[in-house]
Amino acid sequence: MDNQVKMRAQNVDFFYGKTQALKNVSLDIYANKVTAMIGPSGCGKSTFIRLFNRMNELVPHTALRGKIFLDDLEINGPLVDAVDIRRRVGMVFQKPNPFPKSIFDNISYGLKVNGIKDKAFIEQKVEESLKKAAIWGEVKDRLGDSALKLSGGQQQRLCIARCLAVETEVILFDEPCASLDPISTTKIEELILELKKDYSIIIVTHNMQQAARVSDYTGFFLLGEMVEFGKTQDIFTKPQDPKTEAYITGRFG
Amino acid sequence: MRKEFSQNLGFFGLFLCMAATILTLGAIVYFIAARGLGVLSWGFLTQAPRSAMTAGGIAPVIVGTLYITLGAIIFALPLGLACAIYLCEYSPKGIVVNILRISINNLAGVPSVVFGLFGLAVFVKFFGFGVSILSGSLTLGILALPMIISSAQEALIAVPQSIREASLSLGASKWETIKNIVLPTALPGILTGVILSIGRVAGETAPILFTAAAFYTRGYPKSIFSEVMALPYHIYALMTEGAHPDKQRAIAYGCSLVLLFLVLFISGFAIFLRQRQRSLHG
Repeated sequence: MDNQVKMRAQNVDFFYGKTQALKNVSLDIYANKVTAMIGPSGCGKSTFIRLFNRMNELVPHTALRGKIFLDDLEINGPLVDAVDIRRRVGMVFQKPNPFPKSIFDNISYGLKVNGIKDKAFIEQKVEESLKKAAIWGEVKDRLGDSALKLSGGQQQRLCIARCLAVETEVILFDEPCASLDPISTTKIEELILELKKDYSIIIVTHNMQQAARVSDYTGFFLLGEMVEFGKTQDIFTKPQDPKTEAYITGRFG
Repeated sequence: MRKEFSQNLGFFGLFLCMAATILTLGAIVYFIAARGLGVLSWGFLTQAPRSAMTAGGIAPVIVGTLYITLGAIIFALPLGLACAIYLCEYSPKGIVVNILRISINNLAGVPSVVFGLFGLAVFVKFFGFGVSILSGSLTLGILALPMIISSAQEALIAVPQSIREASLSLGASKWETIKNIVLPTALPGILTGVILSIGRVAGETAPILFTAAAFYTRGYPKSIFSEVMALPYHIYALMTEGAHPDKQRAIAYGCSLVLLFLVLFISGFAIFLRQRQRSLHG
């Protein structure tokens, strides 16, 4: 099968001050697939995913070497605006972070900052996004309520809906279930599988079972290097590198 | 058993300190009220002073206080908020910002009479605003600035990084994020700073002594270039000048009581706003 490359990291090095967090990482992200990054804490996987929407540039004293592409566009190119990249590459964070606003305003916010004023269109888009994020049924009667009143799992799906509303092409999930209970986690995982029909997805996870359940491709990170990358099935059944095998069989982590 | 006893003794000590504080506050209100309530009436609040300030009311004095307090906040709030936003959100972190912060904190420590002299030299004389509402408001505004800046800074810092990131990740610019997410979230904290500074500004005497206040003006202020009577200075004037100290003293206590209530009322209103904002956001 012929996979189309949606995003590509090319020889990426990343530094926090003098500490090198990523060492020569190259990786292709395929369209309409879920790519998981696994590895122990501090291995650089979260740092890596945050390069795809240029979130790391908010952190002072960091430096990036290497190139990252979205389709054919080099996202750190001199004429590229981070705002445009973030519109196309959305992100769902580790802890649900809804705005202290109403459920409706949480979703419409992204549309409004992107210059959309048509009220009917916004309303339709809010409903559509909440439906896609499988939370519409739970909130449709209380769109005016504060988003902070929702449970953690609902808040996380709201954050996913918020990201869908701006018509993103890629969604980055940075340990999206780290603070959720098992039932909420299942819902998010089902949602990810549903969303890959329309989006390219990158997920960072601590949970190897989760990577095995939701992803098509998996990259294993250790101490800032990508040790191994391949089809999830292969990584979990016949890892090439002994370090990968040691990690997935639970010998460290 | 012994542990519990000493612990209870400790808590009792803490309770006593708290009670002493509340008692002091109660005593102030009681003494002011006991001496001031006698002159308080509808006429006292709605009429102008008469007969060399021994009769009539203090309406223009209340209005004057409201004007200069409001003027001070109108001047200090946008300026202070802008400063706080710059310091928290835009300025590069480092030694320069730390020096700026320390300077602002030092500004808070400047004695209020020094602000008064500064206002006289700069606003009254140099800019030629004269002794007026404008000069007084500007002087009081400077006094309120450090309070507003530091409380706004605290409120801005308290806004979690995670929701800023959420906003940026949706394609909002930094300014859009500040305007739409950070400021509304920080608003209750910012209002607290405004409450505190209103209380302080309304009661200050020294800064308006040379810049705005008059012992007596006929009627209400006409424009922002008018001199005004204001409660704190009026109290001072009634107690130190004039030919009828006994009659004036009663009015002074009446003024104190009104000033106390005025500050309570303004603060109460701001607290109400803050609570409403909080319930909307959480």
